[in-house]
Order: sequence, then C-alpha cells, then structure tokens
Amino acid sequence: MSRSIYVFHLSSGSCNNCDIEILDSLTPRYDLERFGITLVGSIRHADVLLCTGSANRLTLPIIKKLYEEMPKPGFVVAFGACGSSRGLFKDSYNTGQPLDEIIPIDVYIPGCPPKPEAIIGGLVKLAKMIREKNRGK
Amino acid sequence: MNLAEYLFMFLVFPGFLFSGTAGLVIGWVDRKVTAILQWRVGPPWYQNFLDTAKLLLYKETLIPKGISRGYFLGMPLLALSAATLASTVLLSANGSARTGFLGDVIVVVYLLMMPPIALMLGAFSSANTLASVGGSREMKMMLSYELPFLLALSVPVIKSGYALKLGDIINYQAASGAVIGNLSGVLSFLAMIFCIQAKLGFVPFDSPEAETELMAGVYIEYSGKALGIFKLAKSIMIFALPALIVTLYCGGTGSGSPTDIIKGLLEYIGIVFIMVLIKNTNPRVRIDHAMKFFWGPVALLAALSCILAVMGY
Repeated sequence: MSRSIYVFHLSSGSCNNCDIEILDSLTPRYDLERFGITLVGSIRHADVLLCTGSANRLTLPIIKKLYEEMPKPGFVVAFGACGSSRGLFKDSYNTGQPLDEIIPIDVYIPGCPPKPEAIIGGLVKLAKMIREKNRGK
Repeated sequence: MNLAEYLFMFLVFPGFLFSGTAGLVIGWVDRKVTAILQWRVGPPWYQNFLDTAKLLLYKETLIPKGISRGYFLGMPLLALSAATLASTVLLSANGSARTGFLGDVIVVVYLLMMPPIALMLGAFSSANTLASVGGSREMKMMLSYELPFLLALSVPVIKSGYALKLGDIINYQAASGAVIGNLSGVLSFLAMIFCIQAKLGFVPFDSPEAETELMAGVYIEYSGKALGIFKLAKSIMIFALPALIVTLYCGGTGSGSPTDIIKGLLEYIGIVFIMVLIKNTNPRVRIDHAMKFFWGPVALLAALSCILAVMGY
C-alpha cells in the first residue's frame, strides 16, 4: 500500500505556484510515477488528499466534506506554506482557520513553493508512515 | 469435457487467473511505453498488481445514499464475468485442441460488448451528475463504434469461406496466408484498430472517463472493491481485444507449434505497441467529433473493405 499511492490534488485559494510544482515533480526530471504515485480525478479513488493553498472561509466546509468522502485508510498532506499554516496570509480577512484545525494532517511539506526535492522528501516520509501503520495493524 | 474441466478453464487457465495476470502485465506495458515515450522511467512491472491489491484489500467501499445497491455493486461483477468468459472462449479456440463451437465469434463479440454496457449502467446508477454525463457519452461511443466494428469483423469471416467458428478462421489462415495480407484485410484492420481504441476507452476516445474534464466520469462514485473489480475487468479487456485482432487477422497461434506461438506473441506485442503509440500522440476528441468520425470515415472504410472482401480482393 505504500508503493501505490493515488493522490487527489485539491487547490483551495492557492496562487497556483504549488500546483505547478506538483506537476513539475511528475515530469521526466523527477518522475514520481516510478514510486507508484498517480494523480486521480475523483476523491473516491484517492489515498492522499493533497491540499495546496490557504483554505478560505468559504472553502473550509467543502474541504471537510471532501476529507470525509475519501475512503479510509486515507492521509492528508498539507502542501506549501499556505497549506501548513496559511503562510503570509495569517492575518488576512479571508483565511479563518489553518487547515489542521479542520482535518487531521499527516505530513507537512513546507516551502513557498516547495522544491521537487522537498516534495519527494515529504512523500518518502508519508510512505514510511503508511508502512509503519500497516505493520502495526 | 466435464464440469471440473470447464471450471478449471474458466477460473484458472485461460480464464480468470491467467487473463487477469496477463491483463495487469499488459496494462503495465502500456504505462511503461508511455513513460519511455515521455523520456521518463515508468513504474515497476508489479505496479498494477499492487494497485489492484490495494483497492481490493485495503480500501473501504463507499456507496452513495439512496441508490440501488444491486446495480451499483452488480455492474462490476457483470463486467468482470463477461470479460473473463470472452477471454476464455477466445483463448481456448486458439489452443491446439481447437475447442470451439459454431458461432463462437458471435459469442465473443457479444460478451465483449458487455463491459462498456455494465460501465454505462453503473454510471447511471451512481446518482451523480458528472457520472450521468460520462454515462451518456459512453452510450454515444457505443452507438458509434459498434457499427464499423461489426462491419470490419465480417471481413475475416467472409474471407475464410463464411466460417463462423474461430477455429475455422485460424485454420484458413494457416492454409492460405493471413487475412491482413490482402487489401480488404488491411483496410478492415485499420478500421478495427480505431474501434478497439474506443472500446477500451483509450485516448483519443476516452471522453466517458475524461480525467480532467469530468473528474473520472463514469468511475467517479466507485471506490474500494467495486472500483478494483471494474479495473480488473478493464485489464482483461486490454488483454483480450488485441488477442481477438491477432486471431482474426494474423492467424492466431496457427498450428500450435512453438514458432507459431512465438510469432503470435510478437504480433500481439506489436498491436499493443500501436495502440499505446496512438494513445500517446493524440489529444482527446470531443464526443460529437468522435461520433462523426466513426459514422463517417471509419464506417465507410469498413464497408469498403467488406465489399472488396466479397469481390475477392
């Protein structure tokens, strides 16, 4: 299960830089597909919910609903500075709460935007976490 | 043949276990060739097995509220059993024992029509607007590609003396050269390749499962075991349809001797390679363009090849 990860990419109010870096890591230079990581279209197919962008007030209930729609066992990765802690939009009128007060986050990948090497490091941590969880069962 | 032998053929070889394993490997060939064409290193050879095992064993199956569970959960089973049965009949007719019966070509074609229908019904039972759009596109695709598929299919049947038995078609080609060696055979092979792309839901005809447009379209509400069974059915289709083309156009496994089997395998890999190449060099076409394409040029090509076959070319 740690060698076959389906990722659902959710961008709620990001500047799209993190989204470009996600696509970046699927290009030939870094090629995440050789680790079994694929992007899927539907949340019901996903193992990992990849959240970019600082969640707005209006999208927070939607993100919570999407997390509940993901078939368990599922994991959440907060991507970038905005996903981890709202980044430089901490005091903005539109960002109510950081993401980890709404859904449980497993891995944080900091950076603005994170370099593909940081993305790979974060995903390796996620794979180890999945393996430990399966071994512990 | 008694019941135990039939069950063995259906469940183990050349049925569920063999076709399932081969289908997952061919799915890997598709991903690996795609990766090489994009200058990447693709996933390892066991990747599809891990994906299917994860879906079947680890993930929970979520069912939308208020829908008919019989349709939602029964359609994947229908797709899997139809695909497995078609693959069993097709491969056992290719064997050296020449098991088969009069009309097994029609049975194989009928069974191979089932998985897309099951997909469409499953999509309509999902109570999701995007799945409905995907299901209606699947219906339109089926209406458009079935006509040239059957017209092109009649060419090997005509050329082998109006034989409706797969064993007779193989014997004719072993005796007097492959169907693809004639003009009508080449034209109908071309029409058949396009129809196979559409039947399998490969790009450029994958608008029912438009990944970035419809968010997985027909499959959108499926998860866990139901999704795993649908993906397994699609893998068996990916294995069985090129095998059908090799049997009808290139002579299958001929007389069963090792050289013929190796020749059949090489032709099979060539056809899979052609399909992956078409998949990687074309964008997705709009559904009305796809319908015009299949009802226009492809149907005319298939009809022309049919006429040429009757005239003897």
